[in-house]
Amino acid sequence: MLLSTIRRLVTITVDGRELRVPDGSTILQALYAVGDTTQADTPVLCWAPNLTPVNACRVCVVEVEGSRALVPCCARKVEDGMQVRTNPERVRHSRRMVLELLASSVDLSQAGGDVQRWIASYGVDPQRYGPPVAPADDRDHRHAGHHHYPDGSTAETVAQPVKIDNELYVRDYSRCIMCYKCVKACGTDAQFTFAIAAAGRSFDIRIATEYNSELPESACVYCGNCIGVCPTGALKSVREHVLRESGQWDPAAETVTTTICSFCGVGCNLELHVQHGQIVNVTSPSDHGVTHGHLCIKGRFGFQHVQNLPNQTNTHTGTPE
Amino acid sequence: MDLRLSSAEPTAAEQDVVDTALSGMLATPTDNQPFTDTGHNARGRRHLLLPALHAVSDTVGWISPGALNYIARRLSVAPADVYGVATFYALFSTEPRAARVVHVCDDIVCSLAGGKAVATALTAENVCWLPSPCLGLCERAPAVLHQLAGEPDFSQAPATPAKVLVAARGGTDAATADQEFANARMSAPQSGRAGVRLLGRIGVIDPTSLDDYRAHGGYAALRRAIQLGPSRVIAEVRDSGLTGRGGAAFPTGVKWNGVATAPQRPHYLICNADESEPGTFKDRVLMELDPFGLIEAMTIAGYATGCEVGYLYIRGEYPLATRRIQAAIEIACRRGYLGSDVMGEGFAFDIELRRGAGAYICGEETALLNSIEGYRGEPRNKPPFPSVSGLFGKPTVINNVETLYNVLEILQIGGPHFAEIGAGRSTGTRLFCVSGAIAVPGVYEVAFGTTLRKLIELAGGVTGELRAVLLGGAAGGFVLPPQLDMPLTLEGAREIGATLGSGVVLVLSTAADIAGILRRIAAFFRDESCGQCVPCRVGTVRQEEALARLTRGAPRGSWETELVLLSDLAQVMQDASICGLGHTAPAAVQSALALGLLTAPPSPLSNGSTTVKVRP
Ligand SMILES: Cc1cc2nc3c(=O)[nH]c(=O)nc-3n(C[C@H](O)[C@H](O)[C@H](O)COP(=O)(O)O)c2cc1C
Ligand code: SF4
Ligand code: FES
Repeated sequence: MLLSTIRRLVTITVDGRELRVPDGSTILQALYAVGDTTQADTPVLCWAPNLTPVNACRVCVVEVEGSRALVPCCARKVEDGMQVRTNPERVRHSRRMVLELLASSVDLSQAGGDVQRWIASYGVDPQRYGPPVAPADDRDHRHAGHHHYPDGSTAETVAQPVKIDNELYVRDYSRCIMCYKCVKACGTDAQFTFAIAAAGRSFDIRIATEYNSELPESACVYCGNCIGVCPTGALKSVREHVLRESGQWDPAAETVTTTICSFCGVGCNLELHVQHGQIVNVTSPSDHGVTHGHLCIKGRFGFQHVQNLPNQTNTHTGTPE
Repeated sequence: MDLRLSSAEPTAAEQDVVDTALSGMLATPTDNQPFTDTGHNARGRRHLLLPALHAVSDTVGWISPGALNYIARRLSVAPADVYGVATFYALFSTEPRAARVVHVCDDIVCSLAGGKAVATALTAENVCWLPSPCLGLCERAPAVLHQLAGEPDFSQAPATPAKVLVAARGGTDAATADQEFANARMSAPQSGRAGVRLLGRIGVIDPTSLDDYRAHGGYAALRRAIQLGPSRVIAEVRDSGLTGRGGAAFPTGVKWNGVATAPQRPHYLICNADESEPGTFKDRVLMELDPFGLIEAMTIAGYATGCEVGYLYIRGEYPLATRRIQAAIEIACRRGYLGSDVMGEGFAFDIELRRGAGAYICGEETALLNSIEGYRGEPRNKPPFPSVSGLFGKPTVINNVETLYNVLEILQIGGPHFAEIGAGRSTGTRLFCVSGAIAVPGVYEVAFGTTLRKLIELAGGVTGELRAVLLGGAAGGFVLPPQLDMPLTLEGAREIGATLGSGVVLVLSTAADIAGILRRIAAFFRDESCGQCVPCRVGTVRQEEALARLTRGAPRGSWETELVLLSDLAQVMQDASICGLGHTAPAAVQSALALGLLTAPPSPLSNGSTTVKVRP
């Protein structure tokens, strides 16, 4: 798809190999399109194909000749003659450390399979920072520029209580890596609702509504696009949360059926994620020309009527439907 | 965009203060109606967010939900966004707070000077106080800042428990407190002496008088600039070899030329007066005691690079400097030295004063851009560089305060002559902020190439036995006694793996607790990281934890495994952070380890409370 648009080609060198790639693409796009298997497996966390790069996580860094610091390949555009190296030890080191710093401070257990694979292949050792501190209940109220000096016996984390304040989705910020994707999806990249923003700073940075008000009091319109882009399971539907909590979440049994939303005339593509005969989530493909992966409340959550069969008890969850 | 606001309403006072603040700044002052112009126009007003938050905080002491809603409505910015910005800054509170707050500096120099006694006294008397990173008053340590609702803020330094208590109970006002700073010699001991250039007017002129400024050579440089014309001014600056004094030492002439020749319009000028590097106070002293000099220098920079507006972003903790600069801008406007026709010479230049609100990171140039634009002070990825795409996406010159004062000198003596001062590629004189265990602390001006030993002698010598000098601030490194003959040049510093940075020369005697100092530095970076990128956000936390273990004598594993961990952290912060804060966050710790300032205790400790021994 990348190479199909007619654009001027520029030549870059990646790990000694010359590549011809369209002007205006990012290094990452080039690696995805024409890189070898390893190069095409460049780790990314804060990047998504349907969002503007924020280059905050720094897991995708590469070496670019002429730049003292490493460069986030998700955001840097190619230039003719650019010399890129993806395999020096310092690149591997930075990627390992980014993953390790996250794994030591955030619950990544529900992050996707890619993340687990990178954690293994980069040799991440989160334990070396010590045992995690107990979950904190004050993370929404820490004041910029102040913190309690640690004694180093435990490792600071973002562990905190789950936020459940509405019927559609939960916010489990113990899993939040601050990739800014939800903020982008809620704001200028998709929804233009601006219900959430980054608040606070330093390690005490967090995603918040104004004054941490509950979602029903905020500007949230429940489009669920934040859930759609969240890479770690920090944001998920209440349904998924309940199934996971009760031990009934069964991704191995999941099938995905593609259909078209019937609520209005836009014609958004839907992917129905079904486990044990029940729709558990609805998504849209990020490369879909209409949705770019984003939906509205009806498409994302309005499926309950499909399975509201009269007088039937859901044999999977045991709850009356 | 539709705004959805909570039901919280502003008080009449809050509404009033926001209206007043905005009416002075909005293009259409009568535009009280929210939503009448959304989209492009509304986005064009977002840069008023920080001033609006200041107005509320200054008057009521905190940002209430009602006030926040009102600001959101007036500026068409989503309330979550406003909250995100307000909670970024240490000086703002989004929770009710006492109307009088004392910020007590607990950074390196003030701790050495007994700042703790002030804090202890305030605690004992139940006064609301908060610890603060370096307040930029090190030459007068210990220091406090009084942040007051409904009254002007003021600093006290040197602070004694008695003086601070009186002030905390309302017994002192800003005017009285400011007078304590009247003695210029205390800040710039060379003032009035021959041979100083940048400090030439310090302590000699009345900083509130434009006439006095003019009587001492003021505005001669601007006249000269106008005679030369913009491109020859830039040529002089280029020939002078002037490099930026804000830390990165980038050639100023190159920067100016880049913006002057950029086809996109308008061009913007920013003076970076956010001075927050621990141990740095030179810009504050210049602005307090020679404010018109900065106005003139900014005017020249604007003239040369084709800017009609210059933003002066001043540190929020600098109340006196802010008052002096504010007054100078007003006088200069009134007298035709700023405005649509500067000195009748047919060019326009205005200065917008913007106050920071407690965030070291906002001194980083791209964070500064975001802060002015009304966003969180998070650095941008470079490229593009500000000279290509800076403030509001336009070509922008950003210069440090001291850099700009040098331009006055360059125009007076000529670029080539300026280039002869100093040594090698480090041309001109440099201001050093000498503090700590030193007989006469203060800002000193010496030619580049002067040795560190000479500088310390100039400041009356070390009090006690010299242990080390922290050169360049928290983002710098240590220099040991055998290296005192290093020439103070960019090259000389680089040669010994140090940096001049913002000109910090923090002298430490053998009485200093090096381990404690390193922990304070690590805590500083942990607090001041913007939090955007993982290496810096989490790396600074892990660095502080590891250092805490080492200095407690309780390493995880062995001393060596901790060193490996610290070095792993240092490398990722240097290599993969977005900005200079992350790149330099491990510098001082790594320097101390490399120089053996922090060494393993001789034997495994049993009680865990002993701190690490310092080599004799
Ligand atoms: C974390 C950080 C803080 C900084 N703080 C300041 C500052 O307070 N004042 C300043 O002039 N430059 C500061 N700088 C450097 C600026 O980014 C920039 O290089 C400088 O303002 C350019 O002006 P100059 O060329 O005149 O030095 C800081 C840089 C970093 C990375
Ligand atoms: S290095 Fe630190 S301060 Fe700079 S962008 Fe990253 S998190 Fe922010
Ligand atoms: S994926 Fe590039 S910085 Fe996060």
